[in-house]
Amino acid sequence: MLQIKNLHASVEDKDILKGINLEIKAGEVHAIMGPNGAGKSTLSSIIAGNENYEVTEGEIFLDGEEISELAPEERAHKGVFLSFQYPVEIPGVSVTNFIKTAINEKRKANGEEEMPANEMLKKIREKSELLEMDRKFLSRSLNEGFSGGEKKRNEIFQMAMLEPKIAILDETDSGLDIDALRIVANGVNKLKNENNAVLVITHYQRLLDYIVPDFVHVLMDGKIVKTGGADLALELEEKGYDWIKQEQTA
Amino acid sequence: MHKELVDVERVSLYKSKNMSKYTEDDLKVELENKEYEYGFYTDIESETFPAGLNEDIVRAISKKKNEPQWMTDWRLEAFRAWQQMEEPEWANVNYEKPDFQAVSYYSAPKKKDKYASLDEVDPELLETFKKLGISLDEQKKLAGVAMDIVVDSVSVATTFKKTLAEKGIIFMSISEAIQEHPELVKKYLGTVVPQKDNFYAALNSAVFSDGSFCYIPKGVRCPMELSTYFRINQGGTGQFERTLVIADEGSYVSYLEGCTAPSRDENQLHAAVVELIALDDAEIKYSTVQNWYPGNKEGKGGVFNFVTKRGLCEKNAKISWTQVETGSAVTWKYPSCVLKGDNSIGEFYSIAVTNNFQQADTGTKMIHLGKNTKSTIISKGISAGKSQNSYRGLVQIGARAENARNFSQCDSLLMGNNCGAHTFPYIESKNASAKIEHEATTSKIGEDQVFYCNQRGIPTEKAIALIVNGFSKEVLNKLPMEFAVEAQKLLEISLEGSVG
Repeated sequence: MLQIKNLHASVEDKDILKGINLEIKAGEVHAIMGPNGAGKSTLSSIIAGNENYEVTEGEIFLDGEEISELAPEERAHKGVFLSFQYPVEIPGVSVTNFIKTAINEKRKANGEEEMPANEMLKKIREKSELLEMDRKFLSRSLNEGFSGGEKKRNEIFQMAMLEPKIAILDETDSGLDIDALRIVANGVNKLKNENNAVLVITHYQRLLDYIVPDFVHVLMDGKIVKTGGADLALELEEKGYDWIKQEQTA
Repeated sequence: MHKELVDVERVSLYKSKNMSKYTEDDLKVELENKEYEYGFYTDIESETFPAGLNEDIVRAISKKKNEPQWMTDWRLEAFRAWQQMEEPEWANVNYEKPDFQAVSYYSAPKKKDKYASLDEVDPELLETFKKLGISLDEQKKLAGVAMDIVVDSVSVATTFKKTLAEKGIIFMSISEAIQEHPELVKKYLGTVVPQKDNFYAALNSAVFSDGSFCYIPKGVRCPMELSTYFRINQGGTGQFERTLVIADEGSYVSYLEGCTAPSRDENQLHAAVVELIALDDAEIKYSTVQNWYPGNKEGKGGVFNFVTKRGLCEKNAKISWTQVETGSAVTWKYPSCVLKGDNSIGEFYSIAVTNNFQQADTGTKMIHLGKNTKSTIISKGISAGKSQNSYRGLVQIGARAENARNFSQCDSLLMGNNCGAHTFPYIESKNASAKIEHEATTSKIGEDQVFYCNQRGIPTEKAIALIVNGFSKEVLNKLPMEFAVEAQKLLEISLEGSVG
């Protein structure tokens, strides 16, 4: 589904990613963990197409198609979704209006008709219930005055509505209390199936208690230095990252 | 154009105006006599006065319109005042001052060359019409294509006039009103915006060519939105437009002015005056969409729009101004409310968009004179390109105005790094019981907002439109439905290409 080959990237001439290789197959959940400044968020931004980062070398494939030259919206139309660590506010634009616009733009790009209003309404209801969202929430301005938990829940709501092939969850657990964490994780688990994949980017292990990964990768200094199963996350939680660093230098 | 052709066109124009009294013969007589009436007037075919302004010109305008003596005197009084005045310089705009002696102050209803079909019309203009969702027939009308089915619009207008007449509502051009309802015009003209009010108002008072007049009788709720669209003789608004709206006691009217379609008017100088009078318990809602030619991308050309708009509220009356300003090279405009009566209410909702080299200095004045008067100001300025956008507002509370309330909110949205947003709020209170609130914000469309939208599959242009519409929502919501949809699209079009 998503394949990253020898990816190098920099921002303002500073090298951040120094040769990432990663393959995520349909139906899999991968987690990328690592200390602050390792390049985790850079990686998610680059997959989504943020033009502030320059890809200096390497390739990104989605279903076999090279996408690293595509505009962010084109990648979105093809099924890339990024749940932002810090979702932005758009005053005056309601949650409903925003998601409606997003869905119809995607359909337009894929040569489909706009989604009929009743179908849209039904889908919005269904997905907002899945994330235990208050109906009033849907008419509020996007992310404006939202609590940390509401913002993240709204991100997963959008993911549920857009049904991406690959969903990247960038630090989705930050700012969440335990109840919100459970709701968000539960939402993600219900959306996961044989035809899509999830990439969880996190600093801590606790989200992985709920969204259990098939693979855990450790990202340090712009490279994936270790890959393991779900138990690797537990080990990291217990021992921190230093031992890997030592393993590397040894 | 051949003289006879002009004649025929004029006649059809007058006929559609429903001025059955005015026949082709009358017109011929008028044309023949004109040369004698106005000694200097030589070029009949062009129907335009020579450039320059003096008392003779003012008299000639008045005479041409067959105005009574009091009207001529009123114009002359304005002209004499204007001569003593200087063009104001306090606004935050920069432009080459027009040479007022180089302007011609009267020309016959502007007739553009007719096109045989839409194929001949500037494709860019048609593209814009399409984006605005304007019907084909309307497109033809706006672009000046000869219409085959004029009947349609005439019959619509006729039904419309009938409905209004049944309610006793008067809605006609100000020139007609001067002829047919001189007592009303005489009583109210210049009572809210006196001739000497300001430089441009004085100029307008002296030379105004035409405009609209509207009177709603006591206790009548006007059953439809009155719009210049419907007034058939509204063939391109004049350079010096004069509008007078009177809502008698307990009446209500919603008035729409302007057009979302781009106006390719070549007149550089526009100085309109609008006066609203809301008598006891009356309500006037006045909505404007202004989309005059803003000049090209290099800042060449474009309309100078110097407008004076003011409303007077008597007891328990309410006046709401809503405006969407996207056009003109220079805008100088402050729709205001004089809250004279106790418990009266004034509102101002504005969206002003400037792009490229446009400059706007716009806002409002809320003059609280009566007790328990309330005013609300919501101003949204959007600047892009190298434009400058200023809000200028005055909230004045008089000594008698016990318990006056004002709430002002001025938000500016910047797009790019080369534009400017400015806020000049003035607050003057002579009554300690007044409560005045002012909120102001300035924000920039962030790359992060655009990227967020992009990531959800929304392309940049659409993202900008979404963000701008969200920003303007409180004001868009105040527009009548049919206007709101078009205004929303207009915002998108005005800002097209403004983000790299």
